[in-house]
Amino acid sequence: MNFIAWQMLTGDRAKYLGLIFAIAFSTFLMSHQVSIFCGLMNRTASQIDDVRDASIWIMDPKTQYLDEVKALTDQDLFRIRGVPGIEWAVPLFKGTSRAKGPDGKFRGVILMGLDDATLVGLPQKVTLGSAKALAEPESIAVDRVGYKFFFPDEEPRLGRTLDLNDRTLRIVAIVDSSAPFVNLPVFYTRYSQAIQLVGRERNQMSFVLAKAAPGVSDAEVVKSIQERTGLQAQTASDFGWTTIFYYIKNTGIPINFGITVFIAFLVGSVVAGQTFYLFTVENLKQFGALKAIGVTDWRIVGMILMQAIIVGAIGYCLGIAMTATFFEATKDNLDLRGFRLLPQIMLGTAAAVFFIIFLASAASVRRVVVLEPAVVFRG
Amino acid sequence: MDNGLQNAVVCQGVLKNFGSGDEEVKVLRGVDLTVPLGEMTFLVGPSGCGKTTLLSVIAGLLNASGGSLEVLGTPSSTLKGGKAVEFRRKNLGFVFQQFNLLPALTAAQNAAVPLLAAGWDRKKAEDKARALLDELGMGQRAKATPNHLSGGQQQRVAFARALIHEPKLIVCDEPTSALDADTGHHVMELLRRVAVRPDRSVLVVTHDSRIFEFADRIAYMNDGLVTRVALKAEIPKGDSH
Repeated sequence: MNFIAWQMLTGDRAKYLGLIFAIAFSTFLMSHQVSIFCGLMNRTASQIDDVRDASIWIMDPKTQYLDEVKALTDQDLFRIRGVPGIEWAVPLFKGTSRAKGPDGKFRGVILMGLDDATLVGLPQKVTLGSAKALAEPESIAVDRVGYKFFFPDEEPRLGRTLDLNDRTLRIVAIVDSSAPFVNLPVFYTRYSQAIQLVGRERNQMSFVLAKAAPGVSDAEVVKSIQERTGLQAQTASDFGWTTIFYYIKNTGIPINFGITVFIAFLVGSVVAGQTFYLFTVENLKQFGALKAIGVTDWRIVGMILMQAIIVGAIGYCLGIAMTATFFEATKDNLDLRGFRLLPQIMLGTAAAVFFIIFLASAASVRRVVVLEPAVVFRG
Repeated sequence: MDNGLQNAVVCQGVLKNFGSGDEEVKVLRGVDLTVPLGEMTFLVGPSGCGKTTLLSVIAGLLNASGGSLEVLGTPSSTLKGGKAVEFRRKNLGFVFQQFNLLPALTAAQNAAVPLLAAGWDRKKAEDKARALLDELGMGQRAKATPNHLSGGQQQRVAFARALIHEPKLIVCDEPTSALDADTGHHVMELLRRVAVRPDRSVLVVTHDSRIFEFADRIAYMNDGLVTRVALKAEIPKGDSH
């Protein structure tokens, strides 16, 4: 009987393709928009993720997220270093500045000031040059986006200069940093140099980065810091989520993306449901004949569900393939860094599609189950 | 039947009502009818007299509201739910007015449906269907889908579907109403030749007096009752053949 269900489904090409298109379109829209949303939310915490050496972030008690900070004092750093369980703690500056290229082109940049001695906070992947060269005076490391903006038609090379705050800085390294929420270039320099470049306030230290001593958990250290200094401390992972939730709670991004995903779900459900229902209604006499001949209700329900699962599976695969193709095609676009199709999104979309085909087939199943087989004797 | 059964169907005072209270409609008002094995019995009468309802009740597609009904020796009251479906699958063959073939299946696949419903292997079922279609003169068209077949050809595929599982009772609802006179005559000849056997009965509901000559007996219905049963010798000849 599965063969009959398959033949009935594919026999009406227009409806069969219509069903698959509806599911594929819905799948594409849902998975694509959720991927973009997740990518965008990940971007809000990307600079936390880029700091791999330190697992604990310490900040002003009222800090809500990464991009809005109140500076700490030098005394705070010393007090933190005195907390038991801390292996080391270093300052981190995060601010913005304006950089000007040799041709006069300028752009706002995110400036990260790294501890002079350790350079903790520099992204792991240095694609050109050396992190050690940042020890040289008037040196700077830039990310690929920054280099491409200021030197668009050039192969990356070291020694090029940029002006920040009337000081000329030499590029000594090009790093592969994650895309920030606001897609500005990210520059890295020593802490001492960063505060000279942009410093106007009395205190300059945005964060302190710390690492727990061997045998001591991050959670214990976080608790100790808070108790002993009154400062806010979070693990890198927690701070990342704090930042993400800040954006979710305080911006219209989730609502806008949520509306799109909901519309995709609704369109998928309505179009697939209506087409599938019409398909069943048009075959009602045939289903009635099968019931009269002696095919059980359960078998017919199985046939309908099989048809629904086939169109759902094909539509889902096509939709996911479209989304994957989009991200594969755009993976080298620096402005779209960090946007990708995650396995969790594929699973979530699969669940949504399963729900869509469940809705689509429910009305059809009901219609066939209540169908009296005697209907076949009515001309 | 080999158990000494003489009649495929025995109806005694069969009632069928639709609706209830003031809106109740009595469609069958106490039908008495015997359909012997080895014969082709026609059920005739004016529109709305209850022919199709009686056919549906006999076929187990509708439950009688009262009276007694035995089909192939089995009281219909003992056939409920899954048992009724299984009984139909094993013992009944159906021919419908509009053929009701599945448009996406070939003639052979359509004819094989009752075997597939019974769990047969697809290849074996289709092989048997092709052999039967060959017997019905449709061997060359076994791979054609219904929309590439004429009305007469479609009805022959429907006959194959009704016969393939060798049922004991074949019920036909207006089998010639969608066909022209010549084709109708030919398919009834064919049905009589291949379907009527000593251990099988064919029950035909029809309006078409041109095919009355194929009946062994005719039960005349009016207003929910069988008013008269005519045997072959008493049946008037059709007006066109």
